[in-house]
Formats: sequence, structure tokens, C-alpha cells
Amino acid sequence: MTIIQAEGLKKTYTSKSGPVHALAGLNLSVPQGTVKALLGPNGAGKTTAVKVLTTLIKPDEGRAHIDGIDVVNNPKAARRIIGASGQYAAVDENLTGFENLEMVGRLYHLGAKTARKRAQELIDQFELTEAGNRPVKGFSGGMRRRIDLAGALVINPKILFLDEPTTGLDPRSRLALWEIITQLVNDGTTLLLTTQYLEEADHLADNIAVIDGGRVIAEGTSDELKAQIGGHRVVVTLVNEADAGSAREILARHGDGAPTVNDRTLEVSVIEGPRALQYVLSDLGQADIQLHDAGMRRPTLDDVFLTLTGHRAEDEPSTNDSEMEKAK
Amino acid sequence: MTALSQPTYESVGSPFAQLLSDGWIATRRNLIKIKRVPEILVFTILQPIMFVLLFSQVYAGAMNVPDYVNFLMAGIFAQTVIFGSTFSGAAMAQDLKDGIIDRFRTLPMSPAAVLIGRTNGDLVINSISMMIMMGTGWLVGWRVTTSVWGFLGGVAVLLLFSYSFSWVMAVLGMSVRSPEVINNASFMILFPLTFISNAFVPIHTMPEVLKNIAEWNPVSALVESARMLFGNTNPEFPEPTAWTLQNPIITVIIGIVVMLAIFVPLSVTKFKSISSR
Ligand SMILES: Nc1ncnc2c1ncn2[C@@H]1O[C@H](COP(=O)(O)OP(=O)(O)OP(=O)(O)O)[C@@H](O)[C@H]1O
Ligand SMILES: [Mg+2]
Repeated sequence: MTIIQAEGLKKTYTSKSGPVHALAGLNLSVPQGTVKALLGPNGAGKTTAVKVLTTLIKPDEGRAHIDGIDVVNNPKAARRIIGASGQYAAVDENLTGFENLEMVGRLYHLGAKTARKRAQELIDQFELTEAGNRPVKGFSGGMRRRIDLAGALVINPKILFLDEPTTGLDPRSRLALWEIITQLVNDGTTLLLTTQYLEEADHLADNIAVIDGGRVIAEGTSDELKAQIGGHRVVVTLVNEADAGSAREILARHGDGAPTVNDRTLEVSVIEGPRALQYVLSDLGQADIQLHDAGMRRPTLDDVFLTLTGHRAEDEPSTNDSEMEKAK
Repeated sequence: MTALSQPTYESVGSPFAQLLSDGWIATRRNLIKIKRVPEILVFTILQPIMFVLLFSQVYAGAMNVPDYVNFLMAGIFAQTVIFGSTFSGAAMAQDLKDGIIDRFRTLPMSPAAVLIGRTNGDLVINSISMMIMMGTGWLVGWRVTTSVWGFLGGVAVLLLFSYSFSWVMAVLGMSVRSPEVINNASFMILFPLTFISNAFVPIHTMPEVLKNIAEWNPVSALVESARMLFGNTNPEFPEPTAWTLQNPIITVIIGIVVMLAIFVPLSVTKFKSISSR
């Protein structure tokens, strides 16, 4: 069953340099009990999408439902079943960690006793004992972040929204949060999270939507996305940079698409990995090009991200452009 | 990892009961803040004492005003509570900046609760300041010459006016979004406004242009109301020409009603659509 559904969301901001289409017809659909990751570069519209779904802003166009509730027309009902943590930790500096969580519980209308009990459970679970009894002011960013995340879990929400939840967390806290999230999802929570970390999307998400320019430009499991951008890649590192030109030709001959060159390292996507590698190596040997390293790798989500959002493709022409500018 | 307990909802009753409960939770947050932020305590307790002592002891001799202490106190009360109301503006801007407004707005709470809590916070600060100032004033010779009712009326007028003004400041804080700008702007506007009034010197001693401004200045009406209710007016001063100053209590009541009628709904509407960046 689909529990989060967004259709044709549009949101345009006016800035000094003209209109910004933060959302330009965004569609999303998340089945109950699954984790969806929104992946995208800065300014892609991830936060804006989360804000619409968590009733913080109204879209200019489009509709969004969570658990059948229209978030635009019935925000209050939606707020009863969601937990949300925004991109920047939202805690009251002057309250202790415990007081922050208790306040959130009371404002969800848990009774006073339940709110206190819940606050204590979360303090323990997020290892916040230190921050529990002292005002948040003066605590590190990571600690605030964890209090804020705990705030999103006060009601064990049916639907959880986390905007870049692990930004600013140390690796240990990140792993701990992943564990908490995994357990919540096992218990039936549906999660929509945004992230800049491909590893995080890969690890947590059942389904990934790559967003750019306020739209979903690709969607699927991490394996599906990787498959979309081709199979294996052949990577060689040369001993002499002077050979780059001829090596590039050889890679182009056996590759599927144009090779990328990065100093002494060349890379090309290929259709059939092992065989292409053999051909490349034998041609390089014949051309008497010395290798420092050679191998084959599967595409990472990084490749997906960069290829789909066009940033790697843009890299080369834009350097060329600036060189041409200089030449003029 | 500990298993999570499944929280249960408490029935919160009517929307009004919910508003009261949410409003109280939000108020409590601001009370804790008053307790924990030293600057607020200084502003609330030390500054009023300092003002009363400075004006009554240092200026009194130079002021050619008979019984200056009794003349002065209503002015200091008014200035202090008006500045006390600017906390709401700065605090709303700060909450937006900190992002905690986003947290509140994703909770199923009454949209007015945060504002109620905020303005209540100002009311508490102003009440404490008033008590401190009245105590200090009494020590330097300030006396209420009317009745208990006059006294209570004077206190009520000052606190209600400043309470309504907190709602105005809350709207400004949500619009301007910068606590620094709010603080600087309040200072730049309110400081002259409270000085070009009858708060510290009698209006008839001012040059013609300032006299006109001071007579129509709402702060003057507030100060004059308090003076009347406390029985601190001086019958030898010339009659004011502005209607607002001839009928200060009515003017202040109208001011309170108008501020509340406009700015309470306006700030709740505003709150329902704001989000930090
Ligand atoms: N309140 C606002 N006023 C004006 N422009 C805005 C506002 N909020 C967002 N934008 C613009 O809308 C676009 C999308 O912003 P959004 O915050 O949704 O991106 P994001 O994907 O979350 O980026 P990031 O990875 O940096 O968090 C950006 O160009 C941003 O500058
Ligand atoms: Mg963002």
C-alpha cells in the first residue's frame, strides 16, 4: 500500500536573480513500511519536498497525501502521525535534552507521565545521558542533532521524515542511528530520508529517487540505478602521463561511451567487463604502454549520482569553456 | 537496544482545553528560559532598580519639577514594560533562526500556543520588573495616593498595554526574522518614543514641535493613565491640548483593544505559514 503519495508538486521561490523552481513537478510514491531516499545535489529541492510533506510549506501546485490524509488541506491530522527532523537541528537551547523531548511529547498530547517516560527512553536509546540534564546550549552540533532526531521519534511515528539525518554526526553516531532506523522500519515505520551520502542511501533505502532541478530524474533500487548507467568499468593507471592520449584511444575502442581521463587514471564503462579488460590490456601491451595499475570495478552509487545529475558530464565541457574564455 | 514503548494519546478534550494545555507548555519553556539566561534576569531585575535610583537620585535635583519621584515613577514603569515587550519580537526571530519553529509546526499543537507562551513570557518578565520597581520606588519615596483600586488599575493598564504590544512585536519578529535587527530597531524607535513623551519631563517644558509630538505620543497617554490611577498627577501643570492626553485611560484601553484585535489574529495567521530557511 502506498502511504506517501505526491503528485506534480511545484514550488517556486522568487530570489534576486529571478524565480527559483525549487520543485518543478515532483512525483513520489512510497509503499508502507519501506525506506525511500531522496538523493540529489545541493539545491535539488530535497528539503523543499520534505517541507511540503511535513506540512511546513504549501506547494504552489500539486497534491500530497500521507496515509490518505491531504497534507495541504488537513495538516493537523497529518501532524498526528508523523515525526520529522529538519536539515538543521531544531532544539531549544535553554532546555535540557530531557526537557526538549518531554516538551515535544506534551505537544503531541501524550500525557505528562507518558511524555516523561518516553523522553527518558529516548535519552537512553540515543546515549544522551550527558545532555539529558543540562541545557542544550554548549553542547556539540552532533549532540543537538541527536536530540532533534530523538524528537522525531517521540511518538514512534507511523511515517518518519528525516532531512539529512546523519550530516554532522561522527561515524559511531551515524552507525547507531542507522541501527535505530533499521529497527523502526522493521517495526513498521515508513521512512523518507534525504541524504548526500550515497553510502547511506545504499545502506538504508529500499528505493532511491535521484532528484535534480525539483524533479525526480531516476528512481529504483540501488542495483537498478547502477544497472541503468551501464555495467562494469575498466580502470587503468599509467606510469607515464605522456601515454594518456594513446591509452585513451584504446579504451575508447573497447568501451561503451567516452573514457574519462584524470591525470594518469583512465576509466571507461564497458558492456562485458572481463573480456573488455583483456582486450584493453593486450592492446596497451602492444602499444608498449606501461601500467601502474589496472582493473575492473562495478559502478557505485556515486557514478549513478554524478552521471544522472550530469555533473560529471558537465565537468569537461565547462573546463574547456573556461579555457576558451582564457584563450580569448 | 531497548524496545520502544508504544505511546498512547491522552484525550485532550475541546480545542479550547487543548489551547490552554499547549499554551501552558509553551509558556513553561519561556519561564525556564527566564531562569537560565542571565541577561534576562539583569534586564528584569537590575536594570529597573538602576533606572529608578539613577533618575530619582541623580536627575531629581536638576529637574525643576516639584515632587519629582512621584512624577517619575509612572514614566519608568511605562518605559520598562514597553522595552520588556520587545523580547517577544527578538525571541520569535531567534526561534525562526534556530529552526525550532519548524519543530513546533510539525506537531499537532494549537498554532496560537507558541505565541501565547511567548507573550506570557513577556508578561511574567514585566510583572517581576514592576514589582522590583515599585519596591525600589517606595524606598525612594514614591507613594500611591489613590486607593487599592487605583493602584491595581494602574498596574493593570501598564501590564495590559505591554502585553498587547508583545503581540505587535511578535508579528514584527516573524516578519523581520533577525533578532539583531529587531533589537536595534526597537532601540532606535522606542528610545526616542519614550523620551519624547511625558515619561521623564513634563510636556509643557518642551519646545513647541516636541510638545506636539509628545502630546499625541501613545506612550504619554499610557504614562498619564498610570499617573492618574496612582494619584501622581500634578494639578499645577497646564491642561494638555491633545484629546488622547485629555482622556488617557480611554485612549489606552482603545489602544489595547485595537492592538489585540489586529495583531493576535495576524500573528497566528503568520505563524501558520512561516518556516525557517
Ligand atoms: N525560502 C526560500 N526562499 C527562496 N529560495 C529558496 C527557499 N527555500 C529554498 N529555496 C531555493 O530552492 C532551491 C531548492 O532548495 P532546497 O533547500 O529544497 O534544496 P536541497 O536539495 O535541500 O539542497 P541542500 O542539499 O543544499 O540542502 C534552492 O535553489 C534554494 O536556494
Ligand atoms: Mg536541504
